[in-house]
Amino acid sequence: MLKTLQQILKTGIVTAAPPAPADELRVREALESRIREVLGRALCIREVDAGSCNGCELEIHALGNPVYSIESLGIRFVASPRHADLLLVTGPVSRHMEVALRRTYDATPDPKLVVAVGDCGACGGIFGSGYASCGAVSNVIPVDVVVPGCPPSPTRILSGILAAISKSPTDSTGRPGQ
Amino acid sequence: MHLVVDPVEWRALAQDIAAAGGRLLALWGTNRVGQCDTLHAVAIAPPRVISMSIAIADGTQQYPGVEDVFPSASRMQRAVFDLCGLRSTEQDTRPWLRHAAWPVDAFPLAADPMPSSLPSPIDDYAFVRVEGDGVHEIAVGPVHAGIIEPGHFRFSVVGEKVLRLEERLGYVHKGIERRFTELPILDGHRLAARVSGDSGVAYAWSYCQALERMTGTTVPPRASWLRALALELERIANHLGDLGALGNDAGFAFGLAQFSRLKEHLLRATEQALGQRYLLDLVVPGGTRNDLAPAGATVLDEYLAQLTDEVTVLRGIYEEHTGLRDRFAGAGAVLPELAAWIGLVGLAGRASGQTLDLRVDAACAPYDELAVRRCTRQDGDVLARVTLRFDELAESVRLLRRILRAMPSGEHAVAVPVPEPGAVGVGLIEAWRGPVVTGLEAGPDGTILRCHPQDPSWHNWPALEHAVIGNIVPDFPLINKSFNLSYSGHDL
Ligand code: SF4
Repeated sequence: MLKTLQQILKTGIVTAAPPAPADELRVREALESRIREVLGRALCIREVDAGSCNGCELEIHALGNPVYSIESLGIRFVASPRHADLLLVTGPVSRHMEVALRRTYDATPDPKLVVAVGDCGACGGIFGSGYASCGAVSNVIPVDVVVPGCPPSPTRILSGILAAISKSPTDSTGRPGQ
Repeated sequence: MHLVVDPVEWRALAQDIAAAGGRLLALWGTNRVGQCDTLHAVAIAPPRVISMSIAIADGTQQYPGVEDVFPSASRMQRAVFDLCGLRSTEQDTRPWLRHAAWPVDAFPLAADPMPSSLPSPIDDYAFVRVEGDGVHEIAVGPVHAGIIEPGHFRFSVVGEKVLRLEERLGYVHKGIERRFTELPILDGHRLAARVSGDSGVAYAWSYCQALERMTGTTVPPRASWLRALALELERIANHLGDLGALGNDAGFAFGLAQFSRLKEHLLRATEQALGQRYLLDLVVPGGTRNDLAPAGATVLDEYLAQLTDEVTVLRGIYEEHTGLRDRFAGAGAVLPELAAWIGLVGLAGRASGQTLDLRVDAACAPYDELAVRRCTRQDGDVLARVTLRFDELAESVRLLRRILRAMPSGEHAVAVPVPEPGAVGVGLIEAWRGPVVTGLEAGPDGTILRCHPQDPSWHNWPALEHAVIGNIVPDFPLINKSFNLSYSGHDL
């Protein structure tokens, strides 16, 4: 226990520790204030891997590390689409995941936002479309914002989330509109 | 060593390899109009790597199965049928990679083009049912609660105790092997790196090795050292990620915060040194895309010094934390005897007493000079897989220091000629998870006739079904994470 505490003290707070580039800080600040403005509460995200190579997932995971500290910006990953404001979808959509993705989308309450992450989510990427791949996420469900990159960096993913909630005017319930 | 055998000799050969303590590493089929149907296999009986082509008599489209000799062959044989239409003699004829995206009588690697009228995208898979008093089923997936890849798990339980687990995979099958045939062979490494993104360096290297072998290309010494640098960085990145996630799954969020911070710093140092956080585009035919940045060696050296200090402290904390030990020790055990029978490979194999490590047993340059110290554990439980990650992380740090000190100077890439049609090559690289094998065959005019990447997860997914028997359902996420197998690499 003592060692654990010592390590915590020694580590200190590393969030956005220098030398974080300036645009990283700008994205963080804009995102935090936009979430407060639009939602007035935490933004709930459901991640769906609809066929990715798992590379995009690595960078989505990184959002939770102490450097990006997504929770401190008021963003939470939730286990059920029913609790989600936004779906973060990766991969070219495999045909075997097409129905699961549609069902997840349908189960997410309106109004909802969809961010397609990675070159694959944006356009099918290197996998393209074929007998087993539907290609871009927008071929299966409506998409608000795409985040190109292979994989996109955590900062680009954050910018994509910011772009999505900035697009949406606030409606009377305080949830993002379409 | 390459052997061309007939189907009867294939079975005998498989039995000989198994009797010598060897392992089947890869199995794939080719079925093309105007050519003999062929089954291909790669096995290892250290120090020998044996690749085999098994010609299947015209019109029979059937070959003898070896699932009784190498249990992991079962799912591979089912996949060979789904993709190529070649059927083994095995009893289990359920589809494996095919759900309902294409009909049973269309074969993506044989038919050109595929039928465009596709059946309903949901199918009914015949899970094995466990009967008995108080037995009930729990179905999980394909979409899981966390940020993980999709797959389906069917548990038969009594109370909280697991009697049986049956996996169903194939959800992220996106047609990779057919996609390869649409790419120029000198460009295929880009797709290879994306078969399983967490092992991009290993896959790209394995592909390039196959291509370089078939074209007789000698890679400059500096290029192979840069590749090894990248491969060990990839190993450390994954081990750091897993050590944090395993702590978290056992209720120790502190571990996740600490290890994910160390991982983030590693990715930043990697980007400074080699140009990308994840090195999916570093390994190219003939060498590497770029050299180490001028300050790269210093950046990495400084990072490694910090990493060593911090991991020593964290390892002490993990070892002394009684809550973690309680969750890790004894959970999800696969004992060495069972591991040998299943053919467990890679990190999970070494945690269950299976010594195979391609960096030692089939060492390519520069591993033949690096003298990798093999790490093994005997208990085969979550604790052994955690401990092995600490051991291998330390060994990779040692290797990286040596690589940074002794890296030869010179070119980091040479040009690779377009291979002759019909040329074949096999690549074998020990990824962080286990052996990644690539079988490559050149087509005319610089095309790919066939490319088959085999992920180590093919051998290890069946072991997970054994590992959870007798454990409680709530321990499954922890046990699953301790293997951390690839879905994308398996589903292709
Ligand atoms: S965009 Fe790149 S990293 Fe993301 S899933 Fe596609 S291939 Fe993988």
